[in-house]
Amino acid sequence: MSSAEATATPTPTIDFRTSPDRYHHWTTSYDGAIATVHMAVSPDHGLMGDYELKTNSYDLGVDIELNDIVQRLRFEHPEVKVVVLTGGLDKIFCAGANIQMLAGSTHGHKVNFCKFTNETRNAIEDATANSRQTWLAAVNGTAAGGGYELALACDEIILIDDRASAVSLPELPLLAVLPGTGGLTRVVDKRLVRRDLADAFATKTEGVRGKTAMQWGLVDHVAPASSFDDAVNERAEARASGSDRPTNVAGIELVPLRRSIDGDTVSYDNVIVAIDRATGTATFTIDAPSDPQPTTGDQLAAAGADGWLLSTVRQLDDAVLHLRFNETDVGTWMFTTVGSADAVTQAEAVLGSDAEHWLVREVRLFWARTLKRIDVSARTLMAGVEPGSCFTGTLAELLLAADRSFMLEGTWEDEDDPPPPATITLTEANRGWYPMSNGLSRLETRFWKRADAYDRAAKTIGSALTATEALDAELITFAPDDLDWHDEIRLALEERNSFSPDALTGMEANYRFPGPETMETKIFSRLTAWQNWIFQRPNAAGPDGALRRFGTGSRPDYDPNRV
Amino acid sequence: MALVDINAKIPNNVDLAGDRRLQRALEQWQPKFIRWWEDLGPSAFKRNPVFLRTAIDVGRDGWANFDHVEMPDYRWGVFLAEPEPDRKIAFGDHKGTDVWQEVPGEYRSELQRLIVVQGDTEPASVEQQRHLSLTAPSLYDMRNLFQVNVEEGRHLWAMVYLLHRYFGRDGRDEADEMLERHSGDADNPRILGAFNEETPDWLSFYMFTYFTDRDGKYQLASLRESAFDPLSRTCDFMLKEEAHHMFVGTSGVTRVVQRTAELMNEHGTDDVHPHGGLNLDLLQKYINFHYSVSLDLFGAETSTNAANYFAAGLKGRFQEERRDDDHLLKTSYRDVPTVDGEGADSRIASREVTQLSALNETLRDDYIEDCRKGLDRWNRTLASAGIDFTFALPHSAFNREVGVFRDHKVSPDGRLLSNGQWNESVESWLPTADDRAHVGSLMKGVTEPGVMAGWVAPPAQGIHQKPVEYDYVKL
Ligand SMILES: [Fe+2]
Ligand SMILES: [Fe+2]
Repeated sequence: MSSAEATATPTPTIDFRTSPDRYHHWTTSYDGAIATVHMAVSPDHGLMGDYELKTNSYDLGVDIELNDIVQRLRFEHPEVKVVVLTGGLDKIFCAGANIQMLAGSTHGHKVNFCKFTNETRNAIEDATANSRQTWLAAVNGTAAGGGYELALACDEIILIDDRASAVSLPELPLLAVLPGTGGLTRVVDKRLVRRDLADAFATKTEGVRGKTAMQWGLVDHVAPASSFDDAVNERAEARASGSDRPTNVAGIELVPLRRSIDGDTVSYDNVIVAIDRATGTATFTIDAPSDPQPTTGDQLAAAGADGWLLSTVRQLDDAVLHLRFNETDVGTWMFTTVGSADAVTQAEAVLGSDAEHWLVREVRLFWARTLKRIDVSARTLMAGVEPGSCFTGTLAELLLAADRSFMLEGTWEDEDDPPPPATITLTEANRGWYPMSNGLSRLETRFWKRADAYDRAAKTIGSALTATEALDAELITFAPDDLDWHDEIRLALEERNSFSPDALTGMEANYRFPGPETMETKIFSRLTAWQNWIFQRPNAAGPDGALRRFGTGSRPDYDPNRV
Repeated sequence: MALVDINAKIPNNVDLAGDRRLQRALEQWQPKFIRWWEDLGPSAFKRNPVFLRTAIDVGRDGWANFDHVEMPDYRWGVFLAEPEPDRKIAFGDHKGTDVWQEVPGEYRSELQRLIVVQGDTEPASVEQQRHLSLTAPSLYDMRNLFQVNVEEGRHLWAMVYLLHRYFGRDGRDEADEMLERHSGDADNPRILGAFNEETPDWLSFYMFTYFTDRDGKYQLASLRESAFDPLSRTCDFMLKEEAHHMFVGTSGVTRVVQRTAELMNEHGTDDVHPHGGLNLDLLQKYINFHYSVSLDLFGAETSTNAANYFAAGLKGRFQEERRDDDHLLKTSYRDVPTVDGEGADSRIASREVTQLSALNETLRDDYIEDCRKGLDRWNRTLASAGIDFTFALPHSAFNREVGVFRDHKVSPDGRLLSNGQWNESVESWLPTADDRAHVGSLMKGVTEPGVMAGWVAPPAQGIHQKPVEYDYVKL
């Protein structure tokens, strides 16, 4: 009962692994503590389909490179304290997502694309806030739609005042959709633009220029062309001085990620993903480290990209993105782990003991971002805890991220030399090292407003819990024994595979994020849900809708009924 | 339990000895079953050896082994009919593809529900009949009662096997609950209403085995068509045993009719009550009651559940594979009854719906046809005794609690009635308290081998070539 159609038309694999020598659209220049990222999109290097990436408009390929840039700046350039993001074309900062690309994409691709671009913008904010690598937008030309949203992800926006360049969110009046990467949210929640002005702004096709933009709060500074570079430099220097990033420290190179795809198995060094198409399930197996891992930040830096903590999260991150885009009909991700729980505890200890070290901080933040990627993935998340697994601390986050978890009660009784029963162990890692998008740890989210339950679970920190104890501590969902294990999991996976994927995505997204709203949760829930609805409506996507009519010269024909 | 013992203790053809998981599940359940049997199984003659048939294999010789057994030592076994090689799904959306040897997760809850509903009826009838042995009209009849009881017990085992083997923890919980619900228990009743009524006397028992066990036959026959092969094979084997239960009903009512005819002729009167017999009009009322209650068991005339079960391949029609149609039933139509108009103007009419939505009605029709055969036989008994009386099945709208007629009063000949009209005549259509009291007054246990109570004729022959006067139950 798997969908044969989806596999019958193979689409080229989208690869998220890249490196500066392969970029088409970006260059970065370094000057001490300040790096400048130039966006100069090559029109001929669209990732898929025949559209031209004119006027610094972007598609997924452009954003894959940007994502790589954000990552490398953090890991390879500890000395960079400020990143200036600027346009590399004349009079244009960025024109946003390419409309032809959007018009020619499936709904699924659009949604996936928006999610990924949102995550990259969140990563930019995360770099500013937590890596102390501050992003500034030097808006040296027009920033329209997604272009302005990119600037919004930066901590300061400096707009050139040349009587022509404007910032704008023209999606609504031009295309009858919403800005898809957090623009509406950030205008009011981050930039604190008054909502009536924000309304005027987002319905004004041509946007807002110069001083008005500053008065409304849409940008932080304006400077004429003649002094624009100086103004940017001044802000960059000022922000660099406030950073705690080290100065004379070498970065670590994010060496190419080894990955092989053999049929339905995707293998990395520490992560293997096996796809079962019959049940639409991808089973992740994550290996614990087999050697002792660094105990200080400096040792961690010496181990570089090969250290278990960093290599594993890179692999996991790539696997998640690979599955999201290339295996869209594999609807369930089952997380499993193999190896010594003690080795995981030992490996992650440095994240607590040397937390101030720049690389330690980066590794922890990377895990947090990847775990968040998992949280917002439109897939059913399950975890299976078997003997020989190591759901401990950092890896136990996967258990807490799961929509449902299974833990074997007891052990495999048929084996001649049965392994000891499975256990799980919470560590300090579960108490806030990896906040979710709602700002809470997964443990706090699980026990939202149930302080007793939270305390009961938190009290187990450091103890290896058997299935019964884990059930008592409310850390797992079901604990079948040896006799039921395989059937229970098979039936759960098959049943899941029989439900509507759309309804499941909606249900899961509603259940995963109890608790407070943040800018991120608003972007991933409110904005995304509205946007996905609007994208499906005839006023946008119908034959007479704005997306289809855009650029044809004829006006869209709207159904006047409000829904 | 040692492996060698387990096959002897629980005869089976499901490789119980090789299935540790199943063994453990059944080992935990079996003592609960025995406790249930002791508490709610037959209330008397618990330790008397009974001449019972035990299935020890599915083959020609294996399924009918006769010997005297004390019922708690009965070897309840687990048997599936032999697999049909390369069996394909015969109907519904998966038609033509291989049948399933495991439960597809997609249909887990539906299949589990079907099995639980069927399984729940099996112990229910044992509970309903638990006091009947005290008033058995002969040892032969007492033995038949116990045979039906142990086999209903085995049918429970058959359903529990499926739950244990294929439905994991949920299945085990359901299997336990089948022993926790009790017929007539106000707080924890059996699932289907008809199985919460006591079977108060032997006439009711004969009627129950004729009409209500026959519903079981049709339910099992439609589950035998299931794409879930283990369920199909289980039901196939159960149907063999069910045939005996219906034999008890058919022959039981025949013997009552025969005895009434004898008394009528002997005393030259229609009213044989003073002579320790049962009048024909009283028998007709019992027929009316048991038949109409059993019709309800088939459910409403149109049913999306039944349609879904069919489309999914979970439950077919009676003899699905012998039917000559597309086995999808989405584009063919049939009439189902309906009531048009309001109040005094209302009348019974019909409306056309897809075959798919009318599967309950189709199964009910098949059942009704089958029920007629018994009536023909009883009428022949009367005719050959020279008595001018004909039993008839009431109209299918009569005395219904389920479906379109539940809010209507309808006479046995199919006339819509006002409440007043109904109340005026109901005593001539359904058993009254007096009728039941009279039947009750005749219920005196007879335990001398070969002797029959005065209201029922002896059977034409004994069981398994034994004479009628054989000591079927050793006292
Ligand atoms: Fe039965
Ligand atoms: Fe039966």
